[in-house]
Amino acid sequence: MTGSPIATGDRAPHVIRMEGIDKSFGGVRANRKASLEVSPREIHALVGENGAGKSTLMKILGGLQKPDSGTMQVNGRDVTGWTTSDAIAAGIGVVHQHFMLVPTLTVAENIILGMEPVSGGRIDYPKAIADVEALSRETGLAVSANAPVSSLSVGEAQRVEILKVLYRGATILVLDEPTAVLSPPEVKELWAVLRRLRDAGGTIVLITHRLDEVIEISDTITVMRGGETVDRLHTSDTSPAHIARAMVGRDVSLTSRAEAIALGAPVEIVPEPSSVGTFHPSDDMTSAIRVSDLVVLGAQNLRAVDGVTFSIRPGEILGIAGVEGNGQTELIEALAGLRPIESGLIRMGGHDVTRRNVSERRDAGLSHIPEDRHRRGLILDYSIADNLVLGLQDSYVQRGLLDGKRIAANAKEQIEAFDIRPPSAEIPARNLSGGNQQKVVIAREMGRPFSVLLASQPTRGVDVGAIEFIHSELRKARVDGKAILLVSAELNEVLALSDRIAVMYRGRMTRVMAASEVTEESLGEYMMGTRKDSAA
Amino acid sequence: MREKLEEALFPPVVALLVALICGDLLIMSYGQSPATVYRLLLEGTWGNAYGFGQVLYKATTLTFTGLAVSIGIRAGLFNVGAESQLAAGGFLAGLLGLALSPSFPLALAIPACILAAAVGGGLVGAVPGYLKVRFGAHEVIVTIMLNFVVLALLNWIVAGHLHVPETLHTPEIRNGGIARLSSFIPAFHGSAANLTIVVALITTGLLWLHLFRSRRGYELRAVGLQPEVAEYGGVKVGSTLMRAMILSGAIAGLGGINYVLGYKGYYEEGFAGGAGFLGIAVALVGRNHPVGVVLAALFFATLSQGGLAIHALVPKQLVDVLQGVVILAVAMSVPEVRSALRKARKPVAA
Amino acid sequence: MNPISFLTQMLRIAVPYLFAAGGGVVAERAGIISLALEGFMLTGAFSATLGVHYTGSPWIGLLCGILGGLIFGLIHAVATIRYRADHVVSGIAINLLAIGVTRFFLKLAFDSSSNSPRIEGFGGNQAWYGFDNPLLWMGILVAPVLAYFLYRTPFGLRARAVGEHPAAAASVGVKVAKVQYIAVATSGMLAALGGVFLALDQLQFTAQMTAGRGFIAGAAVSYGRWDPVRAAIACLFFAAAETLQIQLQGTQLIPSQFIVMIPYLLTIIALAGVVGRAVPPAALGKTE
Repeated sequence: MTGSPIATGDRAPHVIRMEGIDKSFGGVRANRKASLEVSPREIHALVGENGAGKSTLMKILGGLQKPDSGTMQVNGRDVTGWTTSDAIAAGIGVVHQHFMLVPTLTVAENIILGMEPVSGGRIDYPKAIADVEALSRETGLAVSANAPVSSLSVGEAQRVEILKVLYRGATILVLDEPTAVLSPPEVKELWAVLRRLRDAGGTIVLITHRLDEVIEISDTITVMRGGETVDRLHTSDTSPAHIARAMVGRDVSLTSRAEAIALGAPVEIVPEPSSVGTFHPSDDMTSAIRVSDLVVLGAQNLRAVDGVTFSIRPGEILGIAGVEGNGQTELIEALAGLRPIESGLIRMGGHDVTRRNVSERRDAGLSHIPEDRHRRGLILDYSIADNLVLGLQDSYVQRGLLDGKRIAANAKEQIEAFDIRPPSAEIPARNLSGGNQQKVVIAREMGRPFSVLLASQPTRGVDVGAIEFIHSELRKARVDGKAILLVSAELNEVLALSDRIAVMYRGRMTRVMAASEVTEESLGEYMMGTRKDSAA
Repeated sequence: MREKLEEALFPPVVALLVALICGDLLIMSYGQSPATVYRLLLEGTWGNAYGFGQVLYKATTLTFTGLAVSIGIRAGLFNVGAESQLAAGGFLAGLLGLALSPSFPLALAIPACILAAAVGGGLVGAVPGYLKVRFGAHEVIVTIMLNFVVLALLNWIVAGHLHVPETLHTPEIRNGGIARLSSFIPAFHGSAANLTIVVALITTGLLWLHLFRSRRGYELRAVGLQPEVAEYGGVKVGSTLMRAMILSGAIAGLGGINYVLGYKGYYEEGFAGGAGFLGIAVALVGRNHPVGVVLAALFFATLSQGGLAIHALVPKQLVDVLQGVVILAVAMSVPEVRSALRKARKPVAA
Repeated sequence: MNPISFLTQMLRIAVPYLFAAGGGVVAERAGIISLALEGFMLTGAFSATLGVHYTGSPWIGLLCGILGGLIFGLIHAVATIRYRADHVVSGIAINLLAIGVTRFFLKLAFDSSSNSPRIEGFGGNQAWYGFDNPLLWMGILVAPVLAYFLYRTPFGLRARAVGEHPAAAASVGVKVAKVQYIAVATSGMLAALGGVFLALDQLQFTAQMTAGRGFIAGAAVSYGRWDPVRAAIACLFFAAAETLQIQLQGTQLIPSQFIVMIPYLLTIIALAGVVGRAVPPAALGKTE
């Protein structure tokens, strides 16, 4: 054991001290006896797997939720169960994972919302704009005060979020998974801002599930698992392996790539041994899917996908990296038939499917794991059995009606094959955990004959065990000769699974590169648009 | 299964209790005793064969309009146009009945008129469906506006061209209509109850089969719950909505035969008399389930017939108030009951 | 056709729409769907009639009308905000409730199922073309005053934020429910004033006298893209069509039934034409 737990009797006065926090949501215990102690002027990492209870604890701290039991102190004052306004007044500023910005309002309006400068009963806009510009200069967070938030990039929106809490006089900054939407260079920039704020006297709590970030930026660490606080560490005298063990609750071999990826630990990318059981596509074989000059319109009729060309052979995984919002969603939806195509061509197995609808493309062998299972993938009030035939409902018709027996038999088979828990076909999908919901989607899409798979954020919001399972399913499908288009915000996931890799930036796709010729650094430059080799 | 039943049954029960309290207050505000009024209400409905026949008659129309509204809601559409769809269905059935020669065999004439009723309602339903799918026009306002338009149009045709002098109805259909129940059970004598009730029950059964056992029903409910997921599952959302709206209109239109073929033998201005709007309450209290709709239709038919029975003591408008109260109470208790039940239940997997 | 009499008649017809559409804009900007405008108007008209009948003062009637709208507005607010009822269902229930309640109490108070006795109104001096009616002026002022509140005051900014992204508003300490309660209550009172105007203008209450005006105002709200001034312009447009209809009715050129349809048909056409241009507040109809 390399880490030394921080003595609880530490004499430094704590800025934040939460003890014995319990919080349940409809029977699910999100926090049990959770605790957190943060000293002034430190960057404190709150780490844990998805569902460990980190966000809930921070929502309680920020006044958005009230604890069922437990006590909390801020700057030595008991503040148990306070409201959002109390928390803001006490200098706590939370930057949420999903941005809390009103897209139709301007940057300045978002920043002043709730504490508007007023003169004579009306909002003093000149003062508001001057204040925002001054704050922007002081912190080096560049924004334009009059721009509508809907026109901002994700990185810019995050700056507005940070300015918003600083405008409220926050001295304790809580950031929930702030890097999920940033490119590597933007992450570096964020770290610089956070260090500056700390050195100016601020305290920062950083929620993350990525080990590399913890090691790089934090001073101290609190580890949560299953709603409990399981460890407290000084970053300088611990190791990734120790943190990982605390997060997962067992020894984790960080050389196992799936686990390392799941924990965001730095991994060495070693191409899979390609000798045994690997499908060898011969060069003259036709591509399973070939996309040429695809143009797709997105919001405000802008070109979300702007002339993308690529092809994938059977037995190959093409990984697409890139900061979210650069056209990946629109690309996948256009390929699936869910979004009209402006121009370009999509061919599957030699057939033109550009004008085919969703179900015709499914019939042609296209499977699709959507990026957001709640928005696209599951009818949450339908049973597991009914969800397992979604998109295939045509083939379950018997004499004009749906064949309940075959639907049940299919459910039984898939639940077993994909280890869906609980193994009960009749319960609604809503009642499953995120990992099991994702397994239902994967069982449906991969448990039937298909030739091309669109896998968009296939492991988002699921636990380590499910990530391993999903990765092995994707590898198996590759070996079986399926063509897979993998889109993921987790750079490590793209690097570890793909045969070839491309980056999307502002609707365009970079040259498709062999996995062996890229590094995290080079991808980062493409993701920022600082490197723009033209598409091959 | 038990949980589903609990979730379905609690809100209507809560709503009925709330309505009962409001009813008491209103009755007392009129200086009457609630117990006396309720006793009179029951005696005038379930207490004698004629009253019961009238309840069955009214419940028949309400079953159709309730089913019509409920299938819309299942698809995520709020059809407030059942009133004019009902009128249009009755009108077209009556019109066809007039057009057929008296020698035309009754066994063919009746199914033809029934079909005409469905077509009439379906046509009116198709308009908001089309405007929704093609232009995104909100179906609630369109159906409400269309009620005014269709009723004015029917008024123009009937009052201007087709009416029997001194009346607001069309001439009587000469080759007969649907048989009254009283021709089989003499006790029902005088009541308007007729064999349309059989058509209503068959429609209920078919609709259940369609919603819960057919591919189209699977798709329709999916569109109502999560349209984007349905689209992902290859469902053509636009045509599903269109189909649902036409089906909804057609079922409401079918209700028109109860009056036109089963009771009077002619189309009359204003025969719908609010049964289309009441269908909303029926659907909500019946929780959009065909069986629930039939039960709710019986309940509201009882209230409506009972309103006449108590009119000497309390104005029948009391029933209108209670309708609104019941809808509001159901709408308010559904999310509450759902979250309360979820909290009470242990989650299956964390 | 005399242009001055056309304009003054149009304005009188527009006033109920201006009030109700103003109410619709406020509620919907804060995220609560306003299909209850019709019910608010009807309640406003009836309670104003009661007030005037028992006191003889149109001003007290006006206050009673506002009170009636406030009560029904609060019912809609409690149902949709506190109890998370479906906004559309609650709106329809409010309308049916308003029809029922007004008819029940019409019977109770005046022993009639169709109309109240004659009541006092405002003004009434023919030479003034109705401009001696303070409600007319209030109706004209609704849109500019609302625009000021929505775009210039802290409450307006918060209401707009709540209608677009309630969670974001809540995260900076805005009391989402409170903002919505105020918005819906205001909506009830404003729409009720539209009903008050109708009753005091026609000098009596008749059952269901609003005849779908609340829904037409609702259509004007979306046609006006949830902006008070644009919605008011849409109201004037509907009123102009209706004035034309009334003036045509005298001519016997077109069957009266078709003339009656005009405002409703126009509403349908306006709704269909609104596609692609109107983006409603993002959180409209969703209460958590």
